[in-house]
Amino acid sequence: MLSLYHEARSPVHAMPAGAKLLVLLGTGTGLFFVRSIGALGVAMGVVVLGYALARVPARVGLRHLLPILPVLAVIVVAQVLLTDWVTAALVGQRIVVLVALANLVTLTTRTSAMVATVEAVLRPLRPLGVRPERVGLVVAMTVRFIPVLKEQADQVRAAQRARGVRRSTRFLTPLLIKTLRLADGLGDALEARGAGSD
Amino acid sequence: MRSKDIALVALFAAITVVLGLFPLIELPLVPAPFTAQTLGVMLAGSILGARRGGLAILLFVVLVAIGLPVLPGGRGGIGVILGPTGGFILAYPVGAFVTGLITEWLWRRYNVAYALLANAIGGALVLYVIGIPWMAMSANLPLGKAITGSVVFLPGDLAKIIVASLTAVTVRRAYPLVQPRQAA
Repeated sequence: MLSLYHEARSPVHAMPAGAKLLVLLGTGTGLFFVRSIGALGVAMGVVVLGYALARVPARVGLRHLLPILPVLAVIVVAQVLLTDWVTAALVGQRIVVLVALANLVTLTTRTSAMVATVEAVLRPLRPLGVRPERVGLVVAMTVRFIPVLKEQADQVRAAQRARGVRRSTRFLTPLLIKTLRLADGLGDALEARGAGSD
Repeated sequence: MRSKDIALVALFAAITVVLGLFPLIELPLVPAPFTAQTLGVMLAGSILGARRGGLAILLFVVLVAIGLPVLPGGRGGIGVILGPTGGFILAYPVGAFVTGLITEWLWRRYNVAYALLANAIGGALVLYVIGIPWMAMSANLPLGKAITGSVVFLPGDLAKIIVASLTAVTVRRAYPLVQPRQAA
């Protein structure tokens, strides 16, 4: 499975994942206290500069903003109807700035660096029985099994269609049973490699 | 956690991704987070129970957060989580956990009616309780308006609750995995 990472050499890419996430966290919190369109405009400009610095083309940046458009449109329309244009603009700007900045972090950080950060964040929870070093393993396993299960789902659907089953939800039960059977085998394989303990 | 549990958690995270690829119920104009994916939330809790189900969906949210395109339409990344509908995604693991908890309490007498109850509370109510205030906050809307605006999701969610419950009861017959729990 491809990640959303956008390959390039830039200072933003070189920044440690943890630092980028802290900047994002700080900005996300700070944005809720900004009540001026001008200040949010500056923030938007800074985010655009960030994209330029990261050598992410505008086309790529906009493509990742596209999915929030329907929700954003509904929210802005609701704000215009309920309050006024200024509030609508403030709210819309805040959402765009926050999502665009978060997307920039995603676009410039490798999945492996993100996994390492998740593991680092979980490390203090070790006394509670959390095993941070397993995050990488389960993430890799899940990614590996997505195409396998997609294939199984396609097979079940094809077989049902051949038998004239029309209802699309009928494929769920056989798919889940196949998945649970797969888990039996996979569990044994993990056991043999010493992955499970305690 | 035993190896088998790790396998179940990973596979249910994967199946939740796969469910997002199949639009079971398509509503026009409804944003993508409300497709078949919450079916995965309900099924993880109903079939694996609270702990494994919650972890499977937590793993799914981790996949989203680390930037894998696992949401419908190939979306993903932290932007989706921090956006106006992000609260719903963050609520998924809690929803799966609660579904699983209720399922464990009712496991000995489990039937379609109890499954409907568990999935309605864990797979829908919990998501609303976390997701709607989040949206109200992000969109600066009064809570009442955000609730009214979310009514459009009810028919789809109702259909998913029914599908998940019928499926969970059938799967229980073939593969009973939940450890029953005494209600406190």
